Amino acid sequence: MTNETGIGASVRRKEDKRFIIGKGRYLDDITKPGQTYGYFVRSPYAHAKINSIDTSEALNASGVVDILTGPDMEADGIGPIICGWGITSKDGTPHKAPAHPALAVSHVKYVGHQVALVVAETLQEAKDAAELVEIDYEELPHVIEVGDALASDAPQIHDDIPGNLSFDWEIGDRAAAEQAIASAHHVTRMDLRNNRLIPNAMEPRAALGEYDAGTDEITLYTTSQNPHVHRLVLSAFNAVAPEHKLRVIAPDVGGGFGSKIFIYSEETVCAWATKKLNRPIKWTAERSESFLSDAHGRDHETHAEMAFDADGKILGFKVSTKANVGCYLSTFASAVPTYLYGTLLNGQYTMPAIYCEVQAGFTNTAPVDAYRGAGRPEATYVVERMIEVGAREMGIDPGEIRKRNFIPPDAYPYETPVIMAYDSGNYALAMDKAQAAIDYSGFEARKAESAQRGKLRGIGYSAFIEACGIAPSAAVGSLGAGVGLWESAQVRFNPTGSVTVFTGSHSHGQGHETTFAQIVSDQLGVPIDQVEISHGDTGKVPFGMGTYGSRSLAVGGSAIMKAIDKVVEKSKKIAAHTLEASVEDIEHSGGVFSVAGTDKKMTMAEIAFSAYVPHNYPADVEPGMDETAFYDPLNFTFPAGTHIAEVEIDPETGTTEILDWVAVDDFGNVINPMIVEGQVHGGLAQGIGQALLENCVYDKESGQLLTGSYMDYCMPRADDLPTFRVETINTPCTTNPLGVKGCGEAGAISAPAALMNAITNALGKEIDMPATPEKVWRAAQGL
Amino acid sequence: MPTVSMTVNGKQVSADVSSNTLLVTFIRENLRLTGTHVGCDTSQCGACVVHVNGNSAKSCTMLAVQAEGAEITTIEGLAKGNDLHPMQKSFQENHGLQCGFCTTGMIMSAVDLVNKSDDLDDTSIREGLEGNICRCTGYQNIVKSIQAAAKEMEA
Repeated sequence: MTNETGIGASVRRKEDKRFIIGKGRYLDDITKPGQTYGYFVRSPYAHAKINSIDTSEALNASGVVDILTGPDMEADGIGPIICGWGITSKDGTPHKAPAHPALAVSHVKYVGHQVALVVAETLQEAKDAAELVEIDYEELPHVIEVGDALASDAPQIHDDIPGNLSFDWEIGDRAAAEQAIASAHHVTRMDLRNNRLIPNAMEPRAALGEYDAGTDEITLYTTSQNPHVHRLVLSAFNAVAPEHKLRVIAPDVGGGFGSKIFIYSEETVCAWATKKLNRPIKWTAERSESFLSDAHGRDHETHAEMAFDADGKILGFKVSTKANVGCYLSTFASAVPTYLYGTLLNGQYTMPAIYCEVQAGFTNTAPVDAYRGAGRPEATYVVERMIEVGAREMGIDPGEIRKRNFIPPDAYPYETPVIMAYDSGNYALAMDKAQAAIDYSGFEARKAESAQRGKLRGIGYSAFIEACGIAPSAAVGSLGAGVGLWESAQVRFNPTGSVTVFTGSHSHGQGHETTFAQIVSDQLGVPIDQVEISHGDTGKVPFGMGTYGSRSLAVGGSAIMKAIDKVVEKSKKIAAHTLEASVEDIEHSGGVFSVAGTDKKMTMAEIAFSAYVPHNYPADVEPGMDETAFYDPLNFTFPAGTHIAEVEIDPETGTTEILDWVAVDDFGNVINPMIVEGQVHGGLAQGIGQALLENCVYDKESGQLLTGSYMDYCMPRADDLPTFRVETINTPCTTNPLGVKGCGEAGAISAPAALMNAITNALGKEIDMPATPEKVWRAAQGL
Repeated sequence: MPTVSMTVNGKQVSADVSSNTLLVTFIRENLRLTGTHVGCDTSQCGACVVHVNGNSAKSCTMLAVQAEGAEITTIEGLAKGNDLHPMQKSFQENHGLQCGFCTTGMIMSAVDLVNKSDDLDDTSIREGLEGNICRCTGYQNIVKSIQAAAKEMEA
């Protein structure tokens, strides 16, 4: 049925009302009776031995309730922070992960490392007392860059991990790739740096633990993208409480971008400490703490070689990467530079041979884990910079060389040499549309016009692909994942016909409360204002895996579709009984159940009422209308597209102006075009931020984070960004019931390569990200 | 502790606060008006913007005692009862928000920007938002929201 609030409609968001009137309920907005405030004492050193911690003076300070340290946690049997994905090195050995106590016990490994929690009646008292905690540190040598950490003379960060090497992983066929390179007409070789980023969700991380001595239950409010994963890990590994006595609530969460997937020290400590002290404890990160201790993103050093024949066809691709994982392996840190990276190096192309090896090194920096795109931006950057530079070196148009290599639209399913099976796509169509939109053929004239004004104009492509809809459980299990990556949904009709949907997915800006409601409205004919989406509370929703990897719609939305199928199946039985027909004769469309060939029908609301008031009801059908489904995807999804950026550089100042940006993306079917476009905008802003502005810098000498505030870490502002032109094409995903692919990460994945291709095209020489005015100016001046 | 008195969203309020209490802390903790947010500690993100005597101000950068006698409007006071301000409506209509955390400060800044400017265009709106950081939207729909609201507010 046509439904103006159904699938494909740009429905205005249901969740917006509370946010625009100031009634959003973020973590720091919650206050509990008798609440105390937590403040963490953190390491000022990059690497040091803790000789002693003296809390005596601080304990006597005004308002202090208690001061808790690592040994206190150990004594209570609280387990260390874990990594949930096992990677196997080339030599068959499992990755090495150091023990990571939630509060440091004997050593601190990075600036910002959590050492003690001061709990006081007010935040000011907690902060004042923290100043009085005396810690005797003995400084040790530190190392910041991954290349340095993996060198033979590097300081040892963990006693039991020689050479600071967590793993040395590979994928693909080394011999075939090297053979292709040895016999190629042309080989492009590059060293590429994927700069380290700090996620910076606008709501800082926070946690509020509340213990109920009557029920022996801990409720942990925390800024999580996946509250059930938090509950599982905090229970099974950290032993904070048994799962049935631990409730995790992620209320309105102000952005995540990956950084709120992980199980961090702070919430672990708050969940444990609330029971120990029998008082509610709230900790809210100051922005400086977020900079220091949120898991950072990217940070790769890569050497790549791409082999071409005389026509520019890719023959082979070899990539060697050193990935900085920080001082400990965070929750999914090991998966990011491996199975979310090496598996995407095929790009959109037919590549006969690929080989990738990744050495993951520990450094005295904050842990590095998934940040919007997670591995796929790094892969796209390598592939799309290499093919672009290959085209330049061979004198082939960069659009043309891509088209010569695109996997053709009739080749699906397409198995790549790096274990992915693409289900659908039409890469040339996206590129054609992007070229038309930006008037690619008119570029040379525009460049000449810029040159007349003394400006350097450049154009750059990124034809990206990503693996989303994470992920088929058996497949990721075979690759080392410690969890399944399915999703849950419960569709509960109320007797009066309204619906509450409980989803294991989590929204922290993506608009689930609207998109998911559209699916229900579309499929079951319920007015959208009578569909409520509930998420983020392990006490309410079925066990679910949460939101990351552009998975919410493809996996969580599909779970809703499966639950709807069950509703429809049951409803047909009820309708058949009531309408005195056989179940086989009941037809369903958009919430209307009719007897084929007659005008007899029942609406979904009538059936739901009958299910709760089953006076005239089939004997073999249970009362009630409340169906739960768990959906495990059959495959990843493969969003792809072409982005083209056009820039103008002022060689006198080194400033880069983005003049135009065209994004043509294939996300499969689209439920809400307005929300999809917004997701693309946001992803692009983060990708452009990486290429132009953002860079996490630690001082190599002192190990201090130099970019620890918004004065030093350059976030994209409104006037840094252009007006994007966003289009979509649609080759429906063939492996999920909605035909959707996911759109949350595309912009962040695609943008850095497009922008750097444009800037280096304008400059006629290579520079690394971020392309700051100084770097661009030096390049433009030939310095 | 000094006593501070001011008018917040049309209501007279008065409380004893320590002299180093920030205006934002007073608004959030004493008045429990939690729509005003704290997103940074260096006065840059703009999540805490309120109106002080009709001018937008970062409430993390003022002491509560500096607002003695002032007229404060927070996001909770922007609508007239159930009648939303055109800027609020426009943010929803134009998908000018995602996670919503920066939104309240963004709306308060935008209202002041429109009130004080004539002929706002794309460039001047973007420049006017220099003091507000959004990590979700890429700003495009925020700019669109402000443009649309400006027309509404001038009408």
